[in-house]
Amino acid sequence: MLSFVAQRVLKGVIVLLAIVVLNFFLIRLAPGDPAVVMAGEAGASDQIFVKQLREKFGLDKPLPEQLFIYVKGVVTLDLGFSFRQQAPVAKLIGERLPATLLLTLTAFAISLMLGILFGTFAARFAGTFLDTAITIFALIFYAMPIFWVALMGILLFSVTTDWLPSFGYETVGANLTGLGHVVDVVKHLIMPAMTLGLFFMATYTRMTRASMLEVKRLDFVKTARAKGLSDAVIQRRHVLRNALLPVVTLAGVHSGTLIGGAVITETVFAWPGIGRLMYDALLQRDYNLLLGVFVICSAMVLIFNLITDLVYRLVDPRIEFAS
Amino acid sequence: MPKRVLLGLLLACGLTASALAQEPKTGGVINAVIQPEPPGLMLAMVQNGPTQMVSGNIFEGLLRYSPKLEPQPELAESWSVSEDARTYTFKLRKGVTWHDGKPFTAADVLFSVEMLKQTHARARNNLAQVDKVEAPDDHTVVFTLKQPFGPFLGIFEVGSMPMVPKHLYEGTDWKTNPYNNAPVGTGPFMFKEWQKGAFIRLVKNPNYYEKGKPYIDEIYWQIIPDAAARSVAYETGKVDVLPGGSVENFDVPRLSKLKDTCVTGAGWEFFSPLAWLWLNNRQGPLADKRVRQAIMYAIDRDFAKDVIWNGLGKVATGPSASTIKYYTDNVPKYPYDPAKAKALLKEAGYKGEKIRLLPLAYGETWQRWGEAVKQNLQDVGISIETIATDVAGGNQKIGDWDYDIAFTYLYQYGDPALGVGRNYVSSAIAKGQIFNNVEGYSNPEIDKLFADGAVATPDSKRKEIYEKAQKILVEDVPVAWMLELQFPTITRCKVKNLITTGIGVNDGFKDAWLDK
Repeated sequence: MLSFVAQRVLKGVIVLLAIVVLNFFLIRLAPGDPAVVMAGEAGASDQIFVKQLREKFGLDKPLPEQLFIYVKGVVTLDLGFSFRQQAPVAKLIGERLPATLLLTLTAFAISLMLGILFGTFAARFAGTFLDTAITIFALIFYAMPIFWVALMGILLFSVTTDWLPSFGYETVGANLTGLGHVVDVVKHLIMPAMTLGLFFMATYTRMTRASMLEVKRLDFVKTARAKGLSDAVIQRRHVLRNALLPVVTLAGVHSGTLIGGAVITETVFAWPGIGRLMYDALLQRDYNLLLGVFVICSAMVLIFNLITDLVYRLVDPRIEFAS
Repeated sequence: MPKRVLLGLLLACGLTASALAQEPKTGGVINAVIQPEPPGLMLAMVQNGPTQMVSGNIFEGLLRYSPKLEPQPELAESWSVSEDARTYTFKLRKGVTWHDGKPFTAADVLFSVEMLKQTHARARNNLAQVDKVEAPDDHTVVFTLKQPFGPFLGIFEVGSMPMVPKHLYEGTDWKTNPYNNAPVGTGPFMFKEWQKGAFIRLVKNPNYYEKGKPYIDEIYWQIIPDAAARSVAYETGKVDVLPGGSVENFDVPRLSKLKDTCVTGAGWEFFSPLAWLWLNNRQGPLADKRVRQAIMYAIDRDFAKDVIWNGLGKVATGPSASTIKYYTDNVPKYPYDPAKAKALLKEAGYKGEKIRLLPLAYGETWQRWGEAVKQNLQDVGISIETIATDVAGGNQKIGDWDYDIAFTYLYQYGDPALGVGRNYVSSAIAKGQIFNNVEGYSNPEIDKLFADGAVATPDSKRKEIYEKAQKILVEDVPVAWMLELQFPTITRCKVKNLITTGIGVNDGFKDAWLDK
């Protein structure tokens, strides 16, 4: 298993470097550069100002040289300097990453748990009213755009009932500590995590249901039943466990999409994570920061996929690690 | 007791009570919205809107300006101008200290002038007429100009010329100076904390030179990126101040009707934001003055004001906003008249060539305005193609002159020499840059008028020159002026004295207090 992990990590690093080079050129295809944006924001623009900014950002150098400097930095774990925010990129990402991890991992857990639970019920009671109700519930959250669910959530739970805060990571100025702080963060987390989680829950529900119905028809389930095992044991140990493989695959693929969804969720709920950092960096053409966020997100997706492969083995011991 | 005496006593008590009620109270916290998140707070290095709004509390300029744009003391307590209008002497306030306790002196002013010439594009332009700056003593600064420069006393507000602590910046790499992220100024509030993506916290400066001020203990600038979420934050009582432009305009009437809510359009007199359409004078049908005039007649600007901007603002009459110096409305008028527009287009021989329209990517209100203008122009037979882009892409296109019609709005900074001439004189035509003469209008008479107007004395002479310039420009229509914008500031009514100058929220909260 160790050699398998080592091989995957090595491949991951190569993929990551390829992503860096590709992104480096891709983001420069968009019209506008940081100097133009900053000159615009300053409400004044003269030749000296724009020239100064270009020199400051290193944009006056030839593109291959800029790429070489950047890749050399990345290899030595230096993600560069955001001149717009006047801080090292790694520091800016480090400040925001915990919030994004908290949001995405909570949403991921919510979506997987609810998705598998609802999917199992829907499969167990296939064709009944409960199945139809779960399917409609899941499809509603799948069909509605995340920002719309977010706004409706705010309207219902913040404006109308005042149960949950509408924005932020914690109550600003409350200076809570200990358990009080944890409760405060959880209250702020509920709406964004549910908004993001419910969208993905829908796909897991549908996938689990379909997969379980398929497994249910297989011979070994009949054998288990013939052996006299209880229905609950058959569902849990035999059907669900075998039905989970496609769900695990999908969850691995979703790790990237989840970060994409976090951009919208973080924007609507003013959640101080890297999704928003990425969005702002894109609008401001803050190349180094944008590339830095891409590197981190890509690394996260690669790690998620590695974990997915490892989880395969746990779910299905028949699968062997090819080294 | 005779009734009249009793009544007198009651009235006196009432008056005293009401006078007491207006006496500023100390203490409390103001939660305000800031958007987008500023890239930095060091005003000498970063000059975007949100930076000015937050840092206007931390830093100060030599002067501030009343709503009528008269100079008022800030770090300079008095000033005098020589008879030949070339020497300006500022007497600095004594006993002013930086937030780290070091004294503020004339040496800081001299250093700031030199630093800003390198880091602040607007300050560099404003200081171009300065021959030398001297400090005869610690509390006197003398600016000697190359020639008289009419608007000189108008360049000293905090955003245009913030004072920088020499002892923290001299001899350092300004770009990476650690104080850029923990700025030290002389202002009423001190920087305390910035949780990126969440809030910026400022606390009262206990050693502020105006005794008793500021009244507020703390300001939290809350960073909420979504406009709808900002409205909700106000609605649910999480923030007390929505500075102009914080929420979409269609939300303003609804929020204004909320309980204990006060709305003001004041505080924009210095900036006087004016919206117009850049018209690329260089090529195609728009090179013909008659087509540009037709565009002015074709656009229903009252509709834009009443419907898209919810009645806020004023239809512009020309290149100057009515709030800045030397404005005149004695210029040719362009009422909404589609028939006249059609006639002018016919006369100019317009044959339906495609014209590209670049809306401003500043949110829903601007998007809607883009659609309304497109419809107005199509109604008179102009073929319009809308180009969708984000702000960075739009700026690039405008700077490269790769557009036909493009929305914009710019600040005017109180005087035509500071914020108007730059958009019409031919020396300001420079490819790759924005906010100058990107329309490519060139008229030697206008060049001369703006050159003369900047240096003319006395004031009556400047007035005459700028009134003439306005008439010529309105006749030529180098750009299509739309509206004098008004960005209302929405606050809880318990927030008093928030806006006391023509610079508004950007001038800091030093006079603000909470009527708890």
